[in-house]
Amino acid sequence: MSDKLKHVSQSRLINETSFKERLIETVTKWEFILIVLFAGVVIFFSNASPYFLNYFNLMNTTFNFMEKAIMALPMIFVIMCGDIDISVASILALSSFAMGHASAAGAGTPEIILIGLCVGMVCGIFNGLLITGLKIPAIAVTLGSQSLFRGISQAILGDQAYTQYPESFAYFGQGYVGDTLIPFELVLFLILAAVMGFILHKTSYGRKLYAVGNSATAARFSGVPVARIRFTNMVLNGLFAGIAAVLLTSRIGSTRPNIANGWDMEAITLVVLGGVSISGGKGNIFGVIIAIFLLGYLKFGMGLLNISARSMIIITGFLLIAAVLIPEMLGRFKAKRKLMKQQA
Amino acid sequence: MKKSIEKILQNRELNLVGLIIILLILVTIRSPRFLELRNVERIVNDTAILIMVAAGQFLVILTGGIDLSVGSTIAFSGMAASMLNEAYPAMPVYLILLIGVLVGTALGAFNGSCVAFGKIPPIITTLGTMSIFRGFTFVLSKGQWVTAHEMTSAYTMIPRGRLFGIPNLTTWAIFIFIIMYYFVKYTRHGREIYAIGGNKTAAHFVGVSEKKVNFMVFTISGALCGLAGVMWTARYAAAVNETATGFELQTVAACVLGGVSIAGGSGTITGVLLGALFLGIINNALPVVNLSPFYQMAIQGFIVLAAIVANVLMEQRNEKKLLNRRRQ
Amino acid sequence: MKKTILELKDIAKYFPGIKALDNVDFTIRTGEVHALIGENGAGKSTLVKIMTGVYQPTKGKILMEGSEVHFGTAHDAQAAGVAAIHQEASMFTELTVTENIFMGHHLRKKGGTLDWKAMRQHTQELLDRLELDINPDTLIKNLGTAQRHMVEIAKALSVDAQLVIMDEPTSALSLHEVEELYKIIRQLKDEGKAIVFISHKFDEIFEICDYFTVFRDGQYIGEGEVATSSVDEIVKMMVGRSLGHMFPKKEAAIGEAVLDVKGLSLPGFFKNVSFTLHKGEILGFFGLVGAGRSEVMRTIFGIDKKSEGTIVLNGHEIHISSPRLAMQRGIAYVPEDRQEQGAILEMSLSHNITLPQIDKISPFGVLNKKTEKTITEEFGNKMEIKAANWKVNANTLSGGNQQKVVLAKWLATDPDILILDEPTKGIDVATKAAVHEFVSEMAAAGLAVILVSSELPEVLGMADRIVVMHEGHVSKVLNRDEANSDNVILAATGHEEGM
Repeated sequence: MSDKLKHVSQSRLINETSFKERLIETVTKWEFILIVLFAGVVIFFSNASPYFLNYFNLMNTTFNFMEKAIMALPMIFVIMCGDIDISVASILALSSFAMGHASAAGAGTPEIILIGLCVGMVCGIFNGLLITGLKIPAIAVTLGSQSLFRGISQAILGDQAYTQYPESFAYFGQGYVGDTLIPFELVLFLILAAVMGFILHKTSYGRKLYAVGNSATAARFSGVPVARIRFTNMVLNGLFAGIAAVLLTSRIGSTRPNIANGWDMEAITLVVLGGVSISGGKGNIFGVIIAIFLLGYLKFGMGLLNISARSMIIITGFLLIAAVLIPEMLGRFKAKRKLMKQQA
Repeated sequence: MKKSIEKILQNRELNLVGLIIILLILVTIRSPRFLELRNVERIVNDTAILIMVAAGQFLVILTGGIDLSVGSTIAFSGMAASMLNEAYPAMPVYLILLIGVLVGTALGAFNGSCVAFGKIPPIITTLGTMSIFRGFTFVLSKGQWVTAHEMTSAYTMIPRGRLFGIPNLTTWAIFIFIIMYYFVKYTRHGREIYAIGGNKTAAHFVGVSEKKVNFMVFTISGALCGLAGVMWTARYAAAVNETATGFELQTVAACVLGGVSIAGGSGTITGVLLGALFLGIINNALPVVNLSPFYQMAIQGFIVLAAIVANVLMEQRNEKKLLNRRRQ
Repeated sequence: MKKTILELKDIAKYFPGIKALDNVDFTIRTGEVHALIGENGAGKSTLVKIMTGVYQPTKGKILMEGSEVHFGTAHDAQAAGVAAIHQEASMFTELTVTENIFMGHHLRKKGGTLDWKAMRQHTQELLDRLELDINPDTLIKNLGTAQRHMVEIAKALSVDAQLVIMDEPTSALSLHEVEELYKIIRQLKDEGKAIVFISHKFDEIFEICDYFTVFRDGQYIGEGEVATSSVDEIVKMMVGRSLGHMFPKKEAAIGEAVLDVKGLSLPGFFKNVSFTLHKGEILGFFGLVGAGRSEVMRTIFGIDKKSEGTIVLNGHEIHISSPRLAMQRGIAYVPEDRQEQGAILEMSLSHNITLPQIDKISPFGVLNKKTEKTITEEFGNKMEIKAANWKVNANTLSGGNQQKVVLAKWLATDPDILILDEPTKGIDVATKAAVHEFVSEMAAAGLAVILVSSELPEVLGMADRIVVMHEGHVSKVLNRDEANSDNVILAATGHEEGM
């Protein structure tokens, strides 16, 4: 609506902040709808299956979605700035390939992890340089690098796989913290989510992310180093794909070229479902975290009821569209109401 | 002389033609049989489906959008047509073809409605329907395949038959190319696509409806995917649930290679055709030059990136020159 | 014989939360040039969009030659014989001149196939008529600003229109091109067409228009014959008061030179630009749209990169490669386009105001709510921003208050040099006067101010010296006491170089 607000003097603006209005504002927030959906999922499945509300199950099923969840975290920053990265799953594949290669050459666990993270970061730097250095749209760059990164691992690995990893390497994707039944992956995700949430909402870097996402031009005119921020985001995305590569490789204990195929779209889905606007500038970390657990437990519950995983992708697709459609419709409805009031 | 060379260098299509010729020369040096008529025919035929679908993708990208659901649309309409063929072997195959196209059109119209009337960004809409249509394919097939012996030979002959010695599939691709060429160059609706992609405000001022154009391009893209779905399943004599997975990126790559601006508003169908052929030649050349097919993905990625970078550098150079010419 | 062609009756246009137009009556007659007068934000553009079918009125009637019509799209209006030259750049830069002219009403052969040959020929005729030396096959992106505007005019003429609406058609044209336009307008008038002419320049209105209607704050104020009215009368209707206190220029002691620019060039935009700015001085920059003034300022602020020349700040040569560095050197830039470049519309006032120095006020990169609040309140109140609170988004404010937010945000950085690029474009009169007063005060307090403006009275009223630019060159530098509207305009249109 902003373009229509141009050149209008204050006296013609109509103000309204009654309790009813504020209540409508709250319940129409996307995070609120997500929480209601999440509660619905929990209530439905705990009634439908006795195995749903089981502490051990609830913890263990997080293994299935924590790697994607970790990839979604820096993706928030990328999408917040109006960019997109469809190469993260390929970065994960290349990084996993490098780790397998290192392991086959006799590297120990610390070296393997270091290599995995470094490869991820280098891929991110590569993307970032093309996007900000040559000013090429992120979608075009990562479209190419998606094939390139995974292609490199496929070219060398062919139809082979790396399956030899040191024993201590298994902890990261399979282990639990101390004597508890809490997976290491879950704890790592929560720590990383806290860090990224802090950066997004409590630091000047986060503030600048919102500024760039809302108007890159105005941000640049305010002295915000737009290119540097977008570059940093891509590097973070690469690094986190490297972290996810460590976890996933450790969890499944093998590396094939088709590892994590299609996960970039899944990471993007989590972010958009969490209420981050694909055109940038809007959203917060809480929505994304709710979306992660909503989808994760929905999948788990459906598995318990023996509903095929195929139905799951249909539901995910519709949720994704709903995540944009519902706020859009609510916005239109609210605008119409306002207009009716004026005419009255 | 220098000026005309400059002009050739600035023409995307001619650049691509040049690149293709260089590529062909290089491959032919390694393997003289590469340019034999039979091989050329095979390359074009292998690329035919990509050309059809990229033509639809081209229209969507022209408006500044993207259609990520083409692979799933192909899978669904191909599966629907194959199952129809399996269930009613007596049904005329061209009726099945028509139904396949209509199914694709309906899916495309769904995308178009979401974008045009629901105001959902194309990337989100088609990211969603990519999953939805793929999921529906599984629901429709109950996870089963339709295999060669379950299809009638009339069905599998749709792309294989020949007219004047040219494989039908190639003929279809040429037909689509010509229609599309005429459509974007010589019809009002075709030009309106350029208007929307170029400047939405200006398009609004001259009465071009963004809704109508958005709905139209996605519907056309869907229709072409429907056609491609039938062709695909008939050609490979199998309808599987994973048909055309990842094909969306190939079509986008063909467009980008062909010089279509990802931001919308500029590009030609000839460029898209050449971009698709370029990818097709690469894929077919790999075994000839003794590279394992596992190299295909990496090489494709590298070429797409190299093409984009070369394009950007060229554009930046042109712009600088233009500015220098103005106001000396 | 003049007859009524288009009549708007009791038109209103509401947007959620705003009444852009209310109770508007407007009558246009054939063979008449009708001036639509009003300040920016008075609702002129909305009215044009309603007459051209881009917007649909919330209520009211449109009558075309006596019978009620409904313009659902721009297409309908065009078919009814309404053509428009829109103020906003509405070109398809990747397409040819021919296509730009015919987009929306392509010529077709019998079967529906587009007739490119006929369109090209027709375009050539139009270009000849306007005495333009442009190839119809040129891409718009290869044309300069003035040429683009002329193509816009050609586009409006390509429709066989009964009514042509021209929204500030002259803002980027040279004197010669303006003469061509006048010739065309007179021709159209003689052919019995109706013309609506929107302009801010009174000399134009008195030269070419027959009748005028004035709008203010979205409402009809009055109308009359141009020939029997005076500028003062019209201005009074426009602003609701006389102009006496619009330019409260204070005498300021002009101190030493702070900024010395020598031979600055940016290929394609400006060449060999030199000037000196002193402490306490308001240095006006005047020129036509596209003369390169904003680009000079952007280069000084580190957004564009200069190709040649030196910038000397307080006696030291500096190299500014980013706005961040410019800020650190004490330069602040309030850009031309408030909505795109100045404010971030969907961010709160407080976040807007603290953005330029967000790193400085965040220890270890962690936001400090208290410091943010202090800064916001200090500078927000200083600028007298009218808002419910500091947390509302900038897009809920009026244009004038948005501009105050942008000013507050830059003042908060405590600059030595303040560059204002069209600071009063599109804001209401009261805020305009407030901005002027404030600029004057800041200069008196020792700030060095550059004021870029396309409004001649503003430059003449506020500046100590005026730098006039024409097509990327500095054509003249005038002192306050020697500058008048004649010599400034002549220099800006390239008729008087040198000095």
